[in-house]
Amino acid sequence: MTALMPLLTSRWGNPESWTLKAYEATGGYEALAAALKMEPAAIIDTVKDSGLRGRGGAGFPTGVKWSFLPPPDGGPRYLVVNADESEPGTCKDIPLMMADPHSLLEGVIITSFAIGCHHAFIYLRGEVVHVYRRLLNAVREAKQAGLLGNNIKGSGFDLEVTVHTGAGAYICGEETALLDSLEGRRGQPRLKPPFPAVAGLYARPTVVNNVESIASVPWIVKNGADWWKSIGTEKSTGVAIYSLSGHVERPGQYEAPLGITMRELLELAGGVRQGHQLKFWMPGGSSTPMFTPEQLDVPLDYDSVAAAGSMLGTRALQCFDETVCVVRAVSRWMDFYAHESCGKCTPCREGTFWLRSVLRRIEAGGGRPEDMQILQDIPKSIVGRAFCPLGDGAPSALTSSLKFFPEEYARHIELGACPFDHAASYLFEAVTL
Amino acid sequence: MVTCTIDGIEIDVPKGTLIIRAAEQAGIMIPRFCDHPLLKPVAACRQCLVDVASPFGPEGKLRPFPKPQPACAIEVTPGMVVGTQMTSAAAKEAQEQVAELVLINHPLDCPVCDKGGECPLQNQAMSTGRPVSRFVDKKNTFPKPLSLTPQILLDRERCVLCQRCTRFALQIPGDPFIALQMRGANQQIGTFDADVLGVAPVAGEAADESTGDVPAVCGEPFAGYFAGNIVQICPVGALTSAAYRFRARPFDLVSTASVAEHDANCSAIRIDYRRGVVLRRQAGDDPTLNQEWISDKDRFGFRWQTAPDRLDKPLVRRDGELVEVSWPVAIAAAAEILGQAKTTAVLPGGRLTLEDAYAYGVFARRVLGTDNVDFRARVSSAEEAQFLAHHVAGSGAGVSLEELIAAPSVVLAGFEPEEEGGILYLRLREAGTKVYALAPFASRGVQRLGGKLIRCLPGQEGQWLSELAALGKAGKPELAGSVIVVGERLASSPGAFSNALKAAAALDAKLVWMPRRAGERAALEAGLLPGLRLGGRAAQDGLPMGLDLAGSVAAAAAGEIDTILFGGLEVSDLPDPHLAREAFAKAKVVALGVRRGAVESFADVILPVAPPQEKAGTFINWEGRVRPFPQVLVSTAVSDAKVLARLAEALGKPQPIGSVAAVHQALAELKPGAERAPAPAVAPPPVRPTGAGEAILSTWRMQVDCAAGLDYEPYLAASAPAPLVRMSSELARELGVKDSDPVAVSTKRGQIVLPCKVEATAAANLIHLPAKSPGSWVLETLGVTSGAVVQLAALKEVGQ
Repeated sequence: MTALMPLLTSRWGNPESWTLKAYEATGGYEALAAALKMEPAAIIDTVKDSGLRGRGGAGFPTGVKWSFLPPPDGGPRYLVVNADESEPGTCKDIPLMMADPHSLLEGVIITSFAIGCHHAFIYLRGEVVHVYRRLLNAVREAKQAGLLGNNIKGSGFDLEVTVHTGAGAYICGEETALLDSLEGRRGQPRLKPPFPAVAGLYARPTVVNNVESIASVPWIVKNGADWWKSIGTEKSTGVAIYSLSGHVERPGQYEAPLGITMRELLELAGGVRQGHQLKFWMPGGSSTPMFTPEQLDVPLDYDSVAAAGSMLGTRALQCFDETVCVVRAVSRWMDFYAHESCGKCTPCREGTFWLRSVLRRIEAGGGRPEDMQILQDIPKSIVGRAFCPLGDGAPSALTSSLKFFPEEYARHIELGACPFDHAASYLFEAVTL
Repeated sequence: MVTCTIDGIEIDVPKGTLIIRAAEQAGIMIPRFCDHPLLKPVAACRQCLVDVASPFGPEGKLRPFPKPQPACAIEVTPGMVVGTQMTSAAAKEAQEQVAELVLINHPLDCPVCDKGGECPLQNQAMSTGRPVSRFVDKKNTFPKPLSLTPQILLDRERCVLCQRCTRFALQIPGDPFIALQMRGANQQIGTFDADVLGVAPVAGEAADESTGDVPAVCGEPFAGYFAGNIVQICPVGALTSAAYRFRARPFDLVSTASVAEHDANCSAIRIDYRRGVVLRRQAGDDPTLNQEWISDKDRFGFRWQTAPDRLDKPLVRRDGELVEVSWPVAIAAAAEILGQAKTTAVLPGGRLTLEDAYAYGVFARRVLGTDNVDFRARVSSAEEAQFLAHHVAGSGAGVSLEELIAAPSVVLAGFEPEEEGGILYLRLREAGTKVYALAPFASRGVQRLGGKLIRCLPGQEGQWLSELAALGKAGKPELAGSVIVVGERLASSPGAFSNALKAAAALDAKLVWMPRRAGERAALEAGLLPGLRLGGRAAQDGLPMGLDLAGSVAAAAAGEIDTILFGGLEVSDLPDPHLAREAFAKAKVVALGVRRGAVESFADVILPVAPPQEKAGTFINWEGRVRPFPQVLVSTAVSDAKVLARLAEALGKPQPIGSVAAVHQALAELKPGAERAPAPAVAPPPVRPTGAGEAILSTWRMQVDCAAGLDYEPYLAASAPAPLVRMSSELARELGVKDSDPVAVSTKRGQIVLPCKVEATAAANLIHLPAKSPGSWVLETLGVTSGAVVQLAALKEVGQ
């Protein structure tokens, strides 16, 4: 049985955990003091050596990403923190920044020092106003304490941090669309190359990292790469936050070494809603193919989940019991992708529009037998054809649901109606008007 | 060169070539929407997906890309192997999948769509689409059409969102008047619209207290002078022009390559007509001149040639009235007037083909025996004539456009690059040429070229150029080896041409004369200036040196010239239109013209001639490049040259001027090595002081204005920017006015009232007016031009 291992979440329950005082009382900014005494290159090597992989979904090794920056040319280089958390089901960065903004800031300062950045940006999802205030307050406190600004802690290192709020577009979680949006343009993904490491923000070398990745850096610097490597699996090192939601008894964020299984997590969360059985679950948010109870023992690390046919993604574990209509769930997700498709490329823009139309029609009882073929074919017209990963992820839930529950779609078409009682799946009292 | 293999065909292409271009060279057409060779890749439509593999690792083993790649965005690399829809099943499948998706939201309105029949989407639906759509759900619809400009309409449901139009606007002219809005299937092209964007106007401090009007928060309503190009590059029928929409089917049109007559670039165009009526003009493809772009003026300004006042029969004045007569009667009447003339002047105007210009020259000198010939129907000077004879006439093909934009730097003197430059502006912008503008303020065009302003009051250009000549290469190393462009407008600035020659010599710079009109260079080559003959030769025929335009008008007003042969020119363009009308009323006038126009009030005989689309001819553009064009429409109208040949015959002095071939033979027989006229040496005048309520006037023509060639084009006229009186912030403060307040500019002759626009870069006592825009006919109303001192007053309301 793998035990929980709260590191990034360890301070969340402390009184006024978001303040500098509370942060420093629990060892905060100690890693920064150590890092400022190191050679920047040594920090990069440590993070590289730790095997830390990006926590934003793709799992690219963080230290390797940093080392892609070209050698300094005297011009600015930027760190941009991707805090535009908006994947359905994903809920880890926002509570982290809400409860412990200084842990992110400490990571930002260390990372900036390592890569030679003097102006870092945190691109925050605009709807979370309270988190925005906490971040602004943390930046203000850090500045007053000499942890930001000129000559940080007498090291000679200067850093400004700008917290920027987006306007609520899922596509701005894609790093190049995020950069365009941060520059004040329409948020749509850029043509690559050039990659952000070469020409990112304002066409300068830029590192874009997820909140959780950056917040892990102080832990690695403080305790060393070997310690981090000792946690988790060989290729998925360290701890990660698992967000359980849906039909579980105790939804929430569970921080555990990578490689924990869903069965273990479900046990920690009190199991599936009482009196019900798990029907399907999403391992990494709605852009990843769904799993069924058969995959409960798959270790939740990058490679094992991929080997089982899905993606670890953002570890947004959404659980659905047998009361849930899979067609309805997939249809809602498709609504989301059709709404959030940025519109730049044809496959994603038109494909999600078409799939939404067909799914809504089937759910409403207007399905035709030939729609099954369309539902099989259109995802193939999107995946691998779209401009950016948004399109690739959009039909994942649909495709996997057709694999596991084809009879449910067929039943909708036969009946000309949905066979489920939706009220049975509600986690709140059904309101009759 | 890079060697790659496309569909089994090995091909060498220059480094940096995109797969889609390399495939074209191998004769393989990959379907595409967003790709355009003159725009940066965007890879948005995904229609051009192909299979790509490239060598990897030390052994160079071929490694295929895991998924199909956009051919429009990937450069070929050595050893790359590409499979298009011709050979790769994966590429074919991907293209068919994308084509199906492109079409689900596209209406089936091809039978009523302007693009139907010449539509890339239609073609690719045939080549790559499904025979029957599988889409049974509700298509996206939008209210139609959306007016992007008065001229350009957008049917959003036809749009495939390829972004060619928005990329054109941003990348080519730098007029980003349209942009993508909304997202997903609701994504659409639009102008700044607070409703669509959900932007609330900012009330409060910027609001006008008296009216409560809230100014637009951002967004420029003016779409620019090149917006029509987006209609042509739209790969579907989403963008249409108000002038052409629903008027023709492409397959009924006959297309003829031609040359545009509206400016001195003489851009390549294509004229599309049906049953003898021209319905539209498109950009031609001339990679060394206008590429595939033309100005809206060249595109939309063609109805003047078939205007309601177009002449089709000769007119002769009888008892004060013009009456229609037959050609023999009219020729006889004209010959009688010309035959009885004691002193004549020939004013052919600046819109001539080389052939017609040659005919006017021969007719004036050999038939009428006069040297009173001047093609310049505009503000002009003797210094300019001497400069042209010395430096330009007979110099052949000089600095080419390609050389100009590749120059280390370009100095623009008396030449506004966008308003007066047409397509040259686009080429300068595309090349990123370093531009120095010797101008009274940094115009919008200069700003978008990233140009550096050398602030100079009108009239002081000569002074600055003489200082530049004194500094030389050592004093101004950044201008060494540059190209100095002198606009025809410098004729109003004494000493400018003289010192431009000196400056060019001192800097090792090349000097380019930039006329506005398409026919001026040809007229110059034909010798239509006093003392000048064909090919830039000085007169050796014994005729006494004649009078120029101003001299002829003054002489006619004084009764010293009793007969005038008049070509296609506008009296309102002449330096003093009032004096000119007086003079023409006094003299006998034989006029050759396409339209009745202004000549009907004073001409005694009017002989109709063919507009460019009804005759063959040759323009010579500012580069000195010969731009021949064929006769497009079958017509009974004849060229000026043919009319002059008949007149010469009637006068008993037949001349070989009636055919294109005769002119080119005469040109071919010219021997090189003739002596050039000496350079002009005029000293620049001192700075003119201005008192309170006075300012120095600067004026030039706007690209779209009240030009006769743009008549009967209401949509084009409505697309023009609003005429404004531009002034320095000092003057605005002195007058107590701010932007859009009415200001009156006056001379003894008249007054022009326009809304004010403060120009931050303008010299302290400078005022600028558009020269011939609605409500601002400077020569006509004020009787002065650039460099004059004018009076200013603030008005409470326009119209007072």
